[in-house]
Amino acid sequence: MNDHGTKRWILIIGSLSILLMVCALLALRLGSTRLSTAQIFEALFHDRDSVTASIILGIRLPRVILAIAVGGALSVAGTLLQGLFRNPLVEPYTLGISGGASLGVCMAILMGLPALMGVTAYPLAGFAGAGIVIVLVYGLGLRTGRLQPNTMLLIGVMISFVSSSLVMLLMAVSEQDDLSNIVFWIMGSLDEPSPVLIRLVLAGSITGLIIALFHSLALNAMVLGDDEAALLGIHTARARKILFVTASLLTGLSVSAGGIIMFVGLIVPHFMRMVAGSDHRILIISSFLAGAGFLTFCDIVARMVIAPLELPVGVITGIIGGVVFIYVLSQKKVAL
Amino acid sequence: MTDPFLDIAALWSGYGSQVVLRDITFSVQKGEIVTIIGPNGCGKTTLLKTLPGLIPALAGRVTMQGQDLSTMPRPLRAQTIAMVMQTLESIHMTVEEYVLLGRLPHFTAWQFLENQTDRQLAESFMTFTHIDHLRRSPLSCISSGERQLAGIAKALVQEPILLLMDEPTSHLDISHQAQIMNRVKTMKDRYGLTVVMVQHDLNLASEYSDKVLLLDKQTQTVFKYGTPDTVINRDNIRAVYHTDVVVASNPHSGRPGIFIKTDL
Repeated sequence: MNDHGTKRWILIIGSLSILLMVCALLALRLGSTRLSTAQIFEALFHDRDSVTASIILGIRLPRVILAIAVGGALSVAGTLLQGLFRNPLVEPYTLGISGGASLGVCMAILMGLPALMGVTAYPLAGFAGAGIVIVLVYGLGLRTGRLQPNTMLLIGVMISFVSSSLVMLLMAVSEQDDLSNIVFWIMGSLDEPSPVLIRLVLAGSITGLIIALFHSLALNAMVLGDDEAALLGIHTARARKILFVTASLLTGLSVSAGGIIMFVGLIVPHFMRMVAGSDHRILIISSFLAGAGFLTFCDIVARMVIAPLELPVGVITGIIGGVVFIYVLSQKKVAL
Repeated sequence: MTDPFLDIAALWSGYGSQVVLRDITFSVQKGEIVTIIGPNGCGKTTLLKTLPGLIPALAGRVTMQGQDLSTMPRPLRAQTIAMVMQTLESIHMTVEEYVLLGRLPHFTAWQFLENQTDRQLAESFMTFTHIDHLRRSPLSCISSGERQLAGIAKALVQEPILLLMDEPTSHLDISHQAQIMNRVKTMKDRYGLTVVMVQHDLNLASEYSDKVLLLDKQTQTVFKYGTPDTVINRDNIRAVYHTDVVVASNPHSGRPGIFIKTDL
């Protein structure tokens, strides 16, 4: 990378940050009560006891923070997995993590856990389901001490199928109330009442970003293949394990807090590869920023379209992301 | 004779329980170009990959300047040995990004960006291999010959003292073959680089090597090791390749050249 490259990186990071801030500000302003930017700053920095402040601090800000954390986490996880598996079609949910999480939540709802434990039952059950799948895929993919990428991918896809079939089965035999709970959770929503969980997801998301950046050079080398990376001094087996676990935990955390939010982890890394190039140093940072901004934006849409009712944000990310992506691909002359 | 630069002693290699190479012993002096030749499937690439430990040796050892390569720390090994692979997958990465990856072994612990030295080295070796005009092109959009040149530039940027090359001239036309091999020779003369490579083309091997290692598929070991004129002769070629050839010397260099004998 030369001086020209450094300038380009700064430009990319700068504009994505501005975009993210604009989305976040919009998300704070829009809603059943429209607020001006001045009112927001007033509430945030001076008058923390007003009604405006309680709307901002109690409802909108946590939601924006969760959108940033989950959007960033899913995009970084997608970038890591696409790099690790050297396959642009891999996304966080390909490995069956979302399937495991939804199965966990489904079973928790049917066993009546939310009634016993309150709303924390959802993320706990989701994370337990995700965790079991991570251990399964990791354990089965680990042969002779090395992770076998293709084996893991196939196992993940199979676990996805099995768990989505089981979810269907459970849905078929469940009561009307339980059913709508399950459906709503599966489709993804950023309406998370627990401030502890939001902080946890944000901390996890940023930790994941730092770990990913720390291994970005190794990931660049691993794109060339294991032999080439090993010759460049990379401990490929170790790096692959660390990055796989990081991506899995990022996904598990996101799914347990926000349900299944489709396409963010697939589309954002792709977009960023077109914009920022394939160097993982810039790709990981820009994916985090773009994913955070994209999900914040989609959540505004999800809240506004049929206000005061809310659409599942996972549906919006799927529609907006998918349509825009197809349009961009069809405009692009060169193959990816 | 001084201590050899690279010493391969009773090396056995293979994949799992399948032995491909038995009891390989030879040594390489500093600044020599050694070419491994032999019929298809005799284990040339396996041998080349076993040297730096990409394939773990089943027995025996490889020492470079007295140090056992299997116990050499990973970063140090990457700073001293570079390898040009036979095929480079067409990946979505520009030539310059790819060449700069060769600087990774020299990054300090907390280094995140390339420094001035890294960029200058990449620049000079891209110029040296005549690919500097392609720096912004993705690897997937350049020819296989240019990709091979990029692979060589990346290996040189690593500033190795031992360069391993797996068929660096496969799929290349005669001008690119000569260009690459001349460059290898220049590197050796200019930087005292030691080169071990695998080559299918016996004439190129004969023309550019100081020593030639002929592997035999039947016995899975070294058939003959020495200067081109002691290894490349009719009897050795017939014994290993089971093909009758005519050997004559190149009128320009005096080195042995191979001509195929037709049955007509």
